[in-house]
Amino acid sequence: MKGNEPLIKVENLTKDFGNAVLALDNVNNNIYNGEVVVVIGPSGSGKSTFLRCLNLLEVPTDGHIYFEGVDITDPKNNLNKHRRKMGMVFQQFNLFPHMTIMRNLTIGPMKLLKKSKEEAEKKAMELLERVGLADRANSYPNQLSGGQKQRIAIVRALCMEPDVMLFDEPTSALDPEMVGEVLDVMKSLARENMTMVVVTHEMGFAREVGSRVIFMENGKILEENTPDEFFDNPKSERLKNFLDKVL
Amino acid sequence: MGELIYNIANIFVSDDKAKWFVTELYNNFIVDNRWSWLLKGLGITIRLTVFAFIFGLLLGLIIAVIRVTYDKRVDTPKQSVSQKAGRFILGILNAICKLYLNIIQGTPTIVQIMIIYFVILADSTNKVGVATLGFTINSSAYVAEIIRGGINGVDKGQMEAGRSLGFGYIPTMIYVVIPQALRSALPALCNELVVLLKETSVASMVALQDLLAAALLIKSRTYSAFFPLIAAALIYFVIVSILRNFSARLERRLNSGER
Repeated sequence: MKGNEPLIKVENLTKDFGNAVLALDNVNNNIYNGEVVVVIGPSGSGKSTFLRCLNLLEVPTDGHIYFEGVDITDPKNNLNKHRRKMGMVFQQFNLFPHMTIMRNLTIGPMKLLKKSKEEAEKKAMELLERVGLADRANSYPNQLSGGQKQRIAIVRALCMEPDVMLFDEPTSALDPEMVGEVLDVMKSLARENMTMVVVTHEMGFAREVGSRVIFMENGKILEENTPDEFFDNPKSERLKNFLDKVL
Repeated sequence: MGELIYNIANIFVSDDKAKWFVTELYNNFIVDNRWSWLLKGLGITIRLTVFAFIFGLLLGLIIAVIRVTYDKRVDTPKQSVSQKAGRFILGILNAICKLYLNIIQGTPTIVQIMIIYFVILADSTNKVGVATLGFTINSSAYVAEIIRGGINGVDKGQMEAGRSLGFGYIPTMIYVVIPQALRSALPALCNELVVLLKETSVASMVALQDLLAAALLIKSRTYSAFFPLIAAALIYFVIVSILRNFSARLERRLNSGER
């Protein structure tokens, strides 16, 4: 891939759920390698839909998404293959409750990347140690706290060695005291230049590690800027109003 | 041997009723080793139940997945030719499954078994095989609905998580959704096993030597209905009780353990 080509190119993305307002209304955006793009906005603004469209968990009504130069909205392209390179972290963790943590982490690499059990477990163990949960490898998800579950969910996505990580409100379902441990993991990922798209309400995180912040409302990108400009010099009245309420 | 039992009984019970009881017991179960007929019949009943249940489970699983897949399909604006063809085939399969479920659930088991036995596979000499097929078809219709409920009960985030890792729809079903669906459907499946066990007694109507047929055979030799039928009922009851007990324990374990 050429140096200046975006990792993800979003073109005229539209999603119609049949409601009065389009969930996504002709959204265009480019996400480049190494960027941490933080998407914020009021609920119902389309920010989660935007993120879920990036790996086609939500199928767009119109528009194109190019991932590493390939149009993944084209049904002729093998979506499953591209999804392997897009790690996804959900608000509700969505760990597989009937598998041990180790199995949760290794099933993808073993079945999809055809790694050997040893290889997959070695990689999983390394990542578990990084997030401080190596001792939980043989536990089941229900034996863990919310913060632990979310850290495991991040590791599960990382085990596939993705080129981009998508976070859909990763801390919204957590007890306040567990938010920090998850954000810490995400910050360390950002420091390693992982490309990340994060939908969140954590303004502190957006400011600290974001390379770009996007504000969405009514399915449109209303404003986007570097974190400092975004928070200190909001252009639109709507964003000023929003920031006043949340900060 | 017979005389010995009679003499022993005489020592303990002296009135006529007791003597009649012992004689009946003797005639119905000891003469010609008639107890072993019941045992053989039980063997066939169990074989029929186990195989019909396993095959019914597999068939029901396939039907359930087709039905759920059809119900949850999303029509995307952009579809390749192969996707359109897939949709079309799915629609046809779903219609077939629905018709199948309606017919099987809307007709009596005994009529289904007789149709298979006397009409569709009238030439077959493998009686147990034909009966197994009949009960497989019957059971699959009920199992399909049980499993469909189980699949619908699995959080939709599970499918999304599997897909986001890069698993296709069917692999995600196999590795992620179906294991959880079966687990929550387990009590209902155990119940279906009990129902099936009892229902296999219908097989005696198509000349299969199952437990009930063995009891009826004894009755035809001894002209006494009470002992062989009560014996058959007792055996059914004991096996059902064991299954029920097992199912209750399983359920308790699932409810208390991690889910």
